[in-house]
Amino acid sequence: MTDYTPMWRSLGLDLKAHDALLSYLGGVYGDLFLAQKNRPRGMGYFDFVMSEVHGLRIKELMDAKAAGRKVIGSYCTFVPEELILALDGISIGLCTGGEWATDQVDQILPRNTCALIKSAFGFKLGKVCPYVEACDLVVGENTCDGKKKAYELLKTYIPSFHVIDMPQMKSDAGKALLHAEYARFAGKLEEITGQTLTSEKLAAAIATVNAKRRALKRLAAVRAATPAPISGLDALLISQVSFYDDPVRFTSSLDALCDELEERARRGEGAVSADCPRIVMSGCPMAVPNWKVPAIVEAAGAVIVAEESCVGERSTRFLASEEGGTVETMIGQLVERYLQIDCAVFTPNPTRLDYVRTVTGQRKADGVIHYALQFCHPYQIEAGPMVSALEDEAIPTLRIDTDYGQEDIGQIRTRVEAFVERLKA
Amino acid sequence: MRTAGIDIGSRTVKLVILEDGRLVLSRVRENSFDPLAVCREILTGERFDAIVAAGYGRHLFTERIAGRAITEIKAAALGARHVVPFCGTVLDIGGQDSKAIALDGRGAVRRFEMNDKCAAGTGRFLETMTLALGCGLDDFSRLAEQVDVSASACPTLNSTCTVFAESEVVSLIAKGESRGAIARSIVEAVAGRAAALVRQVDTPEALVLIGGLARCAALRQALSRRLACPVQAPDGAQTVVALGCALAAMEENR
Repeated sequence: MTDYTPMWRSLGLDLKAHDALLSYLGGVYGDLFLAQKNRPRGMGYFDFVMSEVHGLRIKELMDAKAAGRKVIGSYCTFVPEELILALDGISIGLCTGGEWATDQVDQILPRNTCALIKSAFGFKLGKVCPYVEACDLVVGENTCDGKKKAYELLKTYIPSFHVIDMPQMKSDAGKALLHAEYARFAGKLEEITGQTLTSEKLAAAIATVNAKRRALKRLAAVRAATPAPISGLDALLISQVSFYDDPVRFTSSLDALCDELEERARRGEGAVSADCPRIVMSGCPMAVPNWKVPAIVEAAGAVIVAEESCVGERSTRFLASEEGGTVETMIGQLVERYLQIDCAVFTPNPTRLDYVRTVTGQRKADGVIHYALQFCHPYQIEAGPMVSALEDEAIPTLRIDTDYGQEDIGQIRTRVEAFVERLKA
Repeated sequence: MRTAGIDIGSRTVKLVILEDGRLVLSRVRENSFDPLAVCREILTGERFDAIVAAGYGRHLFTERIAGRAITEIKAAALGARHVVPFCGTVLDIGGQDSKAIALDGRGAVRRFEMNDKCAAGTGRFLETMTLALGCGLDDFSRLAEQVDVSASACPTLNSTCTVFAESEVVSLIAKGESRGAIARSIVEAVAGRAAALVRQVDTPEALVLIGGLARCAALRQALSRRLACPVQAPDGAQTVVALGCALAAMEENR
């Protein structure tokens, strides 16, 4: 195995803490992912990517940086990857799915801040994330109040930081704001990369990102098969990997996996049995290594067949227009595409419930689990009406509010097992 | 056929044995830091053909000792429906969890809710408060019953956190509030949380209260007033979940 220590040292990581993180991740990955039965062969690629998550992929980034390319990190699906790729940047969705350096984070943020925001600080302050250290620019976005205010503090630790302002309503004024902000972001990227945005480059980037999203849509579609050809944990992992892997290589590897899954579906083979209760997860994003609730759900004998989540289908189900035109019109097309994402920061946000309903039918799901992080007001507030609406339509729904801690696992397991018993009754 | 049900809760372990569906044994033990030892002790000398476990220790029990696990929610539904036929809504106030369960016409779980991960509104909350007042549950209930809720002397307990509520109680004692008034305010705090949990799943016509706190008459009255429905605590309310387990064991071996 390659020794990446010099590379990690050069990035300024706390090597001891980083070793602890890697050893924790390796253990959890073995228990949750590798121990699963009937896994598709095509998961081998994603297992490899995960095993090299802080190794080979970082080396690729460092090599690309040495060749003059820029690494752009972000925390949200509203940051347009197309603009980054068009300027020959590398887009990395920074993960915020684990509790780290809690002592340091608690000195900066109030305790009642959502776990995802705390995690962004934990990985930075604990010096354990080579991605954030490798970034030439980190991009925040004014989605929820927590993130908006936390970025004011985070950028004091990350010198090269850009914030995209966001509308709260999908109105004409909202559209105009996002358009202006995407144009300003393109300008920032031009400044960082020293390149000029052209319609040809943007068209090529849109094609690349659309291809990735098409492959993810293909994965989503094949999960409608009974028995489910892939576990929810594996499908979630693929979504998580999509945020930091090379997009072209990711797409071809995922397409190969989908060939296998479609063949499995034709033969009636599954990762689980045909009578396994099927569940749609809806709510807050689950970034690496946040596998807590899906692991409990699948250990309870159910299978997750969709994630209505930003790490899932909420964003990837929308393709950008490939009509082309001037850079200006193409940015407008991107705005149209991105404003379809039904994040709970928007008011009102009726299409999110519509999609949960639709996908529950499409995937022949037996029930929905609404997942929200404590102190995430947008999703916690949407949970109430969503649960009532679905239950009124005879779709069994369970609401779970949690964080990245381990102390409520017993309780969540009881609730999830009781929910699975209810679905089987 | 003899079937057993064991409910391994955070405070107590409960065992019920049925012989051809008839109750022949019901036993409660304090739990400890070693729940498996308590389970082995409570089972000593008992003979049965099948056993089903519920409670937070259920998976440990089935991995290390015997049987199959179901959740305490399903077990509570089975047990409550057995002791109170036609029961539609169950509230189980346990040591660390409170659960509200709505049943359908067949007795299956229609909806359920549990409290958050903190101990607010659970048996543990009430236990801590009775300790602060220096009395047992039965004395506590009698104290509370002496004070009318509308009495201006009855203070409101603002904290839902067990730790903060305890310090609130301590400061009420220091202010010279009567124990009865404090007991009443504690009962109202628990009943308020529990009633809200019930309303999340159902608008009950009648409520069956199970778990160790069911014997607290003041709590039953407070719940009945808040939910505007009769509240019934069946005999053996503390062992209803264990009974549900024994019934599940009988069902699957039929």
